[in-house]
Amino acid sequence: MSLVIVKYNAGNIQSVLYALERIGVKAVVTDDHARIREADKVIFPGVGEASSAMKYLQARGLDEVLRSLTQPVLGICLGMQLMCSSSEENDTTCLGIFEERVKKFTPPAGSALKVPQIGWNNIYDLKSPLFNAVPENSYCYFVHGYYAALGEHTIATTDYVQPYSSGLSKNNFSGVQFHPEKSAKIGEQILRNFCK
Amino acid sequence: MLTKRIIPCLDIKDGRTVKGTNFVDLRDAGDPVELGALYAQQGADELVFLDITATVEKRKTLSELVNKISHHINIPFTVGGGISSVDDVRVLLQNGADKISVNTAAYKNPQLVQDLEKEFGSQCVVLAIDTRQEDDGEWYVYLNGGRVKTETKCLDWAKKAVDLGAGEILLTSMNHDGTKQGFALDITRTLATQLSVPVIASGGGGAMEHFVDVFENAKADAALAASIFHFKEIGIEPLKEYLKEKNINIRI
Repeated sequence: MSLVIVKYNAGNIQSVLYALERIGVKAVVTDDHARIREADKVIFPGVGEASSAMKYLQARGLDEVLRSLTQPVLGICLGMQLMCSSSEENDTTCLGIFEERVKKFTPPAGSALKVPQIGWNNIYDLKSPLFNAVPENSYCYFVHGYYAALGEHTIATTDYVQPYSSGLSKNNFSGVQFHPEKSAKIGEQILRNFCK
Repeated sequence: MLTKRIIPCLDIKDGRTVKGTNFVDLRDAGDPVELGALYAQQGADELVFLDITATVEKRKTLSELVNKISHHINIPFTVGGGISSVDDVRVLLQNGADKISVNTAAYKNPQLVQDLEKEFGSQCVVLAIDTRQEDDGEWYVYLNGGRVKTETKCLDWAKKAVDLGAGEILLTSMNHDGTKQGFALDITRTLATQLSVPVIASGGGGAMEHFVDVFENAKADAALAASIFHFKEIGIEPLKEYLKEKNINIRI
């Protein structure tokens, strides 16, 4: 099994590589189109800002490569958001793999909720083999100020300000908003499920 | 629901942990990686590694250590201690740190916070503030590990830093640090309720009730402690069980 991690101008890519190493999976970090297309599985990670990430991907033709992939693809955090149709983060048009839109968390006036959401929160209504052996309401680690709305592709739900998609899936594409690479044993199980 | 976080802090000197040497169940209690992994396994929600090395080789030993930590630990971690430039931060993040904390350098050069936010995003910029309540009742910012007093009030600096792009505040009360008499509830509450970013309370946690107080009364988002964990006065697992019993939202 060959696994590729897409290299672009986002942070946290090394952490994903190390997390895979911890579960005994070898991966290659690359932005080479051919290597990405040929891989058995692709992880599209990332922490960063949507518009600059999209510009970077477009400038290198990686947006087209990602859209055209037919093997299993897992987006993580910003990676998942970039797979949606658009993001309110600097009004960015994204890859459009999922129809869901990415919006900014706007807690009601007087709310004690802070933005970005930083920390451990539950995932529930789990509807994907990605969550095999992951109990409902498991805790995962989140760091984000924008969220994907609930939609027909939602495979995991989390509550913050309102219920939103903490996981999305359509055809060969899946994405998670949280960081499996930083979500202790539960995160490792999710990565294992993807790599299986 | 988003949980409150329990964060053990490890002091590092020359790549070794300074405290916590009575962990008999560890092969090498001075190894920050092994101690950090143990805390992660016990249910710590994050870790903070505070480097107090003062030598010229500091940068290299620290980035090597961070690389080792990120290979072995499956929860988020923050690295702090003497970080003063965008380049310092880039090396640490590239080696796998999730967040970095800045203190004195950010106070002396607030532009640093803005530069870090622009370059890496606010989610990885933790502003650490050491503060002391003086006889006039006000909380002042201290620098250089608490050795240098400033005339700036804690809330003013915290607000400014958040405007500049700090994504979290790590607040240490010098009046409470090391006393084990409980966290500084009033200043923690002031910051936690007035700032739009999470506040990590530090200094004074000595009993399980103190953690209930800092979360419930002071509205802290996270609580950090060092020696009570290192010297096993309080275990992370029993602490989290206790907090859950007290209806604090916590990850078990």
